[in-house]
Amino acid sequence: MLEVSDLHVRLGGAHILQGVSFSVAAGGVTAMMGRNGVGKTTTLKALLGLVPSTGSARIMGQEVRGWPTHRIAQLGVGYVPEEREIFTRLTVAENLRLAEAGLSGDYPRVYSLFPELQERGRQAAGTLSGGQQQMLAIARVLLRVRPLLLVDEPTKGLAPKLVGEVVEVLAQLSSSATILLVEQNVHVVRRLAQRVLVLDHGEVVHEGPADELSDENLARRLVGVSGPE
Amino acid sequence: MSTFIAISFSGLALGAIYFLVASGLSLIYGLMEVLNFAHGAFLTVGAYAAWVTATHLPASVSAPERFLVAVVVAVLAGAVIAGATEVALIRPLYRRPVSQILVTVGLDLVVVALLLGVFGSNSQAVPVPSWLAGATRVGPEILPNADFVALGAGAAVLLGLVWFLGHARYGLIIRAGVENRDMVAALGINVRRAFTLVFVIGGAAAGLAGILNSVVFSGALVSPTQGDSLLIFAFIVVVIGGLGSLWGSALAAVMVGMLQDYVSFYAGTGGLAQMGSISVVLLLAVVLLVRPSGLMGEAR
Repeated sequence: MLEVSDLHVRLGGAHILQGVSFSVAAGGVTAMMGRNGVGKTTTLKALLGLVPSTGSARIMGQEVRGWPTHRIAQLGVGYVPEEREIFTRLTVAENLRLAEAGLSGDYPRVYSLFPELQERGRQAAGTLSGGQQQMLAIARVLLRVRPLLLVDEPTKGLAPKLVGEVVEVLAQLSSSATILLVEQNVHVVRRLAQRVLVLDHGEVVHEGPADELSDENLARRLVGVSGPE
Repeated sequence: MSTFIAISFSGLALGAIYFLVASGLSLIYGLMEVLNFAHGAFLTVGAYAAWVTATHLPASVSAPERFLVAVVVAVLAGAVIAGATEVALIRPLYRRPVSQILVTVGLDLVVVALLLGVFGSNSQAVPVPSWLAGATRVGPEILPNADFVALGAGAAVLLGLVWFLGHARYGLIIRAGVENRDMVAALGINVRRAFTLVFVIGGAAAGLAGILNSVVFSGALVSPTQGDSLLIFAFIVVVIGGLGSLWGSALAAVMVGMLQDYVSFYAGTGGLAQMGSISVVLLLAVVLLVRPSGLMGEAR
């Protein structure tokens, strides 16, 4: 599904990604972990062409490095950014309509997962709570069939109850899409992921099954973070 | 009272012309963060295209039809040169603001020089229907017909843009793109098409402003530098209204147009006609001091 080889990103004089290489097989959830600032978000942005990069990134067999972002997304890549990045001045319904990208959207699926979004269709998205904004950010990528989802810290800043809801939704999605999940919360990763990649100083320093994280000492050594159940 | 109403009406018409120019500038900056100094050239090209059309149509074409066709050609000419500018000059320079400023300033200089070289420095007269040069009695007032046309055009463009941005799919893309163009692209939308469309819309409005400004305020004369003088006031309108805000531009255009006309007239009777332009700059300074992001703009 995804093969990344020797990916480098330099931004403003900083060498942020220093030869990231990994692959993700089709299906399931692969978690990308690591301390703050090691390049996890930058890796996702580089895969989407949102930051300039060198090296190779193949998605579904196609070399996409150098492609414009919209073309990569049209390949079937969905992106749920760390800061949600919903369009705050548009209504909820307009945010969803935009995400249809000219095709008819799968609204029944979205509204069955997030019934609240249907009720709040006319509300300005900027007035939603943090949890509702996260639901909208996830809902946007569900309107179309997207075999690969890049999901960046979807539980960040959410109340524990909402973390559980988001995890449930992602677990459901993982049966129909491949998810590359950037996540700092070890418990969320344990719940969702089958494989784990650990980044440090702009490179992948560890790859392995997610089960390894059940060893608290190893998890702390590899990732340096933990989180609430 | 009669004079005050006449000046107010003239100020509104001037505001409408400013809005036609400023709306495109504001949308272009709002979506693309491009300070387009070639916008005045779009306006001038539109005016010259109208003049060439109006003076070359067969004599059998009536004056009103001649003028209408000239206006349509002005709009198309503005749209075409603006679209071509975006594709050929701006697109390769995304996220390079200094280069964009240099290339648009350069384009403006080239267009003015070309027009001077081809048509000379003399102003050229656009034939207009006699009705347009006349006036209409409204109650006790007699108001110029050309002002009605300018106001109608400004209102129509404002309403058209409001509908487009609120209901059309590309309008939605433009509104979203003003907020976060990377995320629009990440949804699989070719935001660059929206960029081109915004330039085309802005150029069309500028072309319309070019011919209407000639008819309403310049004695139906077109000149190679008319775009540059209007562009300065249009930039002031955009900054006062708030970069990227259509309604802000509309409000600021009316304020600037009316203030300029009031001050020009009342100070002009005391021999200080230039105070009209100075008052606009003072208004800009006051707005920037009180509200740096403009009347309806958002802090960036």
